[in-house]
Amino acid sequence: MTERAIRVLVCKAGLDGHDRGAKVVAQALRDAGMEVIYTGLRQTPAQIVKAALEEDVDAVGLSLHSGAHMTLFPEVLAALRGAGLDHVLLTGGGIIPDKDKTALAQQGVGELFGPGTPTTKLVEYIQQEVARRRASGPTPDGVGANEQPK
Amino acid sequence: MTAADEISRGDRRALARGLTVIENSGDGAAELLDALCSKTGAAHRTGITGPPGAGKSTLVAGLTREFRAAGQTVGIVAVDPTSPFTGGALLGDRHRMSDEARDEGVFIRSLASRGASGGLARAAPDALDLLDAAGFDRLIVETVGVGQTEMEVAGTADTVVVVLSPESGDAVQAMKAGLLEIADILCVNKSDREGAESLVAALESMLHHRAPSAAKDDWSPKVVSTNALENAVALQKAIASHETWLGQDDHLAARRTKGTKARLTSLVGAFALERLLDRAGDLFDREAAEVIAGRCSVRHAATRALTDLLGEKQR
Repeated sequence: MTERAIRVLVCKAGLDGHDRGAKVVAQALRDAGMEVIYTGLRQTPAQIVKAALEEDVDAVGLSLHSGAHMTLFPEVLAALRGAGLDHVLLTGGGIIPDKDKTALAQQGVGELFGPGTPTTKLVEYIQQEVARRRASGPTPDGVGANEQPK
Repeated sequence: MTAADEISRGDRRALARGLTVIENSGDGAAELLDALCSKTGAAHRTGITGPPGAGKSTLVAGLTREFRAAGQTVGIVAVDPTSPFTGGALLGDRHRMSDEARDEGVFIRSLASRGASGGLARAAPDALDLLDAAGFDRLIVETVGVGQTEMEVAGTADTVVVVLSPESGDAVQAMKAGLLEIADILCVNKSDREGAESLVAALESMLHHRAPSAAKDDWSPKVVSTNALENAVALQKAIASHETWLGQDDHLAARRTKGTKARLTSLVGAFALERLLDRAGDLFDREAAEVIAGRCSVRHAATRALTDLLGEKQR
């Protein structure tokens, strides 16, 4: 069997209506051979997690330009864990200050990318991070497979 | 508890993982489907097909709303195309079903076509079986945007809906072989747009002039029109009347037998090809050289190669 395709959910949360970046990212991931589920605007954390579960994705890419990143990333992460989706990588991008990136990383959010990042960089990051997570689990009950990246 | 037990008890996570396993023909895919096969068959399966941009996803959302209002749970399989160049896919059907997607009575799974050419993903019929075993009352499968030759949905759904819009082309496009012949229901969507009424009239006249079927109690396809952004009531009613017809005599059994035979044919074909190609070695290089050198035709070379692969004696 060939390596199965990486599945990524690309979404926008809250009232933020700027989806150009999310669309560019979705296309870049598609062109890198991934299967990208694009949910569009104004998703709630509960919706995002329901989609991640049903679509059995490896990663969730959340795009935020509203300034609500310190609320929404932790909410989505907690909801993913609450649904037993510990192995799913939560990454994303937007206008996010470095100190906030560090704080979110400590909670278990993956790398966050700012404007001007070459799309090849996030493609590589998702490929490597998903490969690492697939190699380390999930365990049969799906819990505990996802330690924080060192 | 096995994965099959979890799925049949309605565990969504187990269902999602099971879908991944069968989509990748992973370890245990055949066993999982086998373990659940006695639990499938209860849910009615609607297939939604038609050209790109006709409004299939929006119509699926509208239809789902009607089913939910009637208290039924809905499982949806939505297929979008895989790029033949990169293997990647952008699966955007869920995007059109945002309100329905948040409803706990609805489960949506997007599948990439992964090289299948019939308008569905190879795993789509199996995915429907899994959703069926998980206990959803209604199943909907949405094909990729199709042209004139992608008919696989006909062997997969109990009721086939072909969606057209006034922009999909005039009645001559619809007269070409294929799509119309598999339709139980023709749905002209975007009914508020110019040309919708005349398309409905043209389709009705076309159906009217079709050669009458040999069987007297055969279903005669219906034409309905919808504006899916508002509602899909007309379509839901047409599906309900087709369902009533399916319930009479052995119509449903006959249709499912036919569909199962089509699935068998296609799977045996795929498996046979895999096995034969496994043992091809450099056979195709050798045969191609013969053709290029002008010593035989491609057709002759292909026949000889197949005889060789099957281990039959050369005549």
